[in-house]
Amino acid sequence: MTTNNENIVLHVADVHKTFGGLHALSDIDLQIEEGKTHAIIGPNGAGKSTLLNVVVGRLAPTRGAVVFDGQVLTGKQPHEINQVGVARVFQTPEIFPDLTVLQNVMIPALAKRDGDFKLNFLSSLEDEVEIREEAEHMLEDVGMKASKDMFASSLSRGDKRRMELAMCLMQHPRLLLLDEPTAGMSRHDTNTTIDLLKKIKERGMTKVIIEHDMHVVFSLADKISVLAGGRIIAEGTPEEVRNNPKVQEAYLGGAH
Amino acid sequence: MNSIFSMSRKDVITFLIFSAVVLLMPIWLQPFGAAYPDLMQKFAIFGILAIGFNILFGLTGYLSFGHAAFLGAGSYAAVWTFKLFSMNPIPALIFAVIIAGLFALAIGYVSLRRSGIYFSILTLAFAQMSYNLAYSVLTPVTYGETGLQLALDDPRIADAAFGGGSDVALPVSNLFGMVNMNGIPGFYFCAIFLIIGFFITQRIFASPFGMMLRAIKSNQNRMSYTGFNTRPYTLTAFVISGMYAGLAGGLMAVTDPLAGAERMQWTASGEIVLMTILGGVGTLIGPVVGAWLIKYFENIFSSFNENVLHNLFAFLPEGIEKFVVEVTSMFVGEGWHLTLGLVFVLVVTFLPGGMMEGYRRIVDMFQKKDDGDGKASTKSDAATAPAE
Repeated sequence: MTTNNENIVLHVADVHKTFGGLHALSDIDLQIEEGKTHAIIGPNGAGKSTLLNVVVGRLAPTRGAVVFDGQVLTGKQPHEINQVGVARVFQTPEIFPDLTVLQNVMIPALAKRDGDFKLNFLSSLEDEVEIREEAEHMLEDVGMKASKDMFASSLSRGDKRRMELAMCLMQHPRLLLLDEPTAGMSRHDTNTTIDLLKKIKERGMTKVIIEHDMHVVFSLADKISVLAGGRIIAEGTPEEVRNNPKVQEAYLGGAH
Repeated sequence: MNSIFSMSRKDVITFLIFSAVVLLMPIWLQPFGAAYPDLMQKFAIFGILAIGFNILFGLTGYLSFGHAAFLGAGSYAAVWTFKLFSMNPIPALIFAVIIAGLFALAIGYVSLRRSGIYFSILTLAFAQMSYNLAYSVLTPVTYGETGLQLALDDPRIADAAFGGGSDVALPVSNLFGMVNMNGIPGFYFCAIFLIIGFFITQRIFASPFGMMLRAIKSNQNRMSYTGFNTRPYTLTAFVISGMYAGLAGGLMAVTDPLAGAERMQWTASGEIVLMTILGGVGTLIGPVVGAWLIKYFENIFSSFNENVLHNLFAFLPEGIEKFVVEVTSMFVGEGWHLTLGLVFVLVVTFLPGGMMEGYRRIVDMFQKKDDGDGKASTKSDAATAPAE
């Protein structure tokens, strides 16, 4: 274990998760440094999404704990975990299909104020000028301004993911978890998303990315953890991981 | 909160038209044969019930099958206020709304731990429990099968203190001794509450709170991972809609001061669901339209008998006339439920968005005339999706 605790924003401490007899995660000890982009890669079924589910409170770990910025997240409700500054983009977009794109992006911004409940039924949505403008800016950043009045259900899969990313960014989270943010996107959209994620990095947002696309991983990650069979089998800079024979054998198959 | 009464232009126009339609009922209902006070009072009362129910079902998507319990609770509360306190409807309504709200808080607190069909079953179970309790254990409060009625020797402490009321006849609810709450004044009294209720619903629909409720309906998971504690939101929607039902129940007692347990029966809860779906779930006006249609059918179609039909079809030749009367008589009188059932099946099959979808399609058809047909379909799809 490293000792430079001041820079560690997320610490997944000795987490185990079993489903019946299946060991989905074993001995996971992961430290994410503030402001860095940390990629988690690994073959299908390695436990990557399970790991994110444990972090955001969808699953409770069988053993171990998740510590974010000195607070233990384990046992908290998903909305409480979000409120301390953890946002997540899902593998299959979790959006509000029956609302417009603009409303989808406005709601996360209202969470800080209204998340714990506010009965403001006498004020009008039209009065939320600041948040509306912020949401419009955000949509411009992700290149979706033209579709702001469309219903989210009518967007393409790639656009749904971009919108979900915009929704998370509206919250200015300290930690952003991305579960395959570019899956289902065209090459062009993938590159736009990479540029966008690089831009966020300049603002100092910490990110954990699960990704299959090695182009995305190697253009974004500062550090990579390789997961296989529910265990971390290697960890290091992209260079180190690329040259690690264990990783090549387990995952990359020597192709990269 | 910069402007409590800031409303969009469209909302103001909708509100004004709605108010006019309600207040002018005694005139425009004449040709339909429905302009008598009893029925118009029902239009107003069930309109309130349906728009309140729609705040829960239309916005959050939680389908309650037990709203009649709050209607009944409101009625009992109002009649008790008449008996013990005063024949003035205002305290009776306040008490009815509070009691129904408390009921909704308790039932909603438990039921909202589940969603989907389990939520519906829980609310149904609670409503049936209330119904059975009203018939059995709670007889001292509800007077069981006879129902709760006014009596000459009721204390009515406020009225007694002001020397109002006579000792010979049962009193009628009245506004500060001035306006009696039966007939046309009773209708206008209810109509004012319908308009206020509609106004509040409009505000909820256009507010951030309303958007949160819609977002919960759309994707509750995303709401949680976005930092929203959804339970207080759904519970508030449940209590608000329970209070609307309580107000409706109170108004029933105001226009006709008695309360019976059958108001809480599951068929009554089912009727509220029918009204909302028939008119258009999640739309502002739809539930009111649905309530009016069902009450109209119930009162007008059920009053048709063979004599009326014979008169109606008298112009036909003897044999055919007999046959036509035979067939049509299945759909009227006692058989009005058959007509209602058929209409419901047709609407749900061809207009899943209810009468309001039909209205929107007609409007779209006229607007698209000059556009050409090409893009019309995609646009109308988008237009039917929003719950406005």
